[in-house]
Amino acid sequence: MKNKSQFVYVTYISSTAEKVWNALMDPEMTRKYWAHLNVSDWKVGSPWKHEDSSTGETRLVGKVVESTPPRRLVITWASPADAQNQDKHTRVTFDIEPAGQAVRLKVTHDELEPGSDMERGITRGWPVVLSNLKTLLETNQAMETKALFAHAHKQG
Amino acid sequence: MDRVFKALADPNRRKLLDLLRADNGQVLGDLCKHLDMSRQAATKHLKLLEAANLVVTVWRGREKLHYLNPVPIHEIYERWIGKFERSRLRALYDLKEELEKDHEK
Repeated sequence: MKNKSQFVYVTYISSTAEKVWNALMDPEMTRKYWAHLNVSDWKVGSPWKHEDSSTGETRLVGKVVESTPPRRLVITWASPADAQNQDKHTRVTFDIEPAGQAVRLKVTHDELEPGSDMERGITRGWPVVLSNLKTLLETNQAMETKALFAHAHKQG
Repeated sequence: MDRVFKALADPNRRKLLDLLRADNGQVLGDLCKHLDMSRQAATKHLKLLEAANLVVTVWRGREKLHYLNPVPIHEIYERWIGKFERSRLRALYDLKEELEKDHEK
């Protein structure tokens, strides 16, 4: 257990649980704050993929493990090269709960290999994705996603 | 945002964040080993960090794990750093790191 790492990210968004839930799975929304399309029918057991919105390249693949709208979504998360390699599959849990006038979105990313490229990538990525999602839902205006993600995909 | 700046305006709390950055998901006891303060004082600092959303806690059985949450810091970055400045600032930062590394040798 301890040889895999886990990261937890939280943001508070002045919005509704339904809107946040929808923003995680609607490719037209993810394009705006994530510069990628999240594509799936989002049924438990179905595959999902994370597609670069400018090149169409698939960057991540996985499966829907649990879906309790609009509260909890659990997916697996792997690079396409590791699609068949279960050991390299990581897991992401989105928990959405009411917090006064806002909602609290918690992202738990676990089953990560310490020191891996995936770990480096997601620790850079989640703060960007979450603060961008917050901005989009609160102001209806996304940040310049391309500029933001230019760094996220650079190795090093 | 006031809470974030207030939470960061203390060297002990910054040290706690550094410890979590080095090893995420620690319990209070582990954090205290690296700190020159009582458990009560550390608990108080962690509460302030949690109120500022810079630390998130997760229960695993009876253990309370502490995680660094850098999202509010990223929001501050977004607010004052424009898109055209990002790559130049990054280059400057890399240069500073490089030169200081040489200097230490």
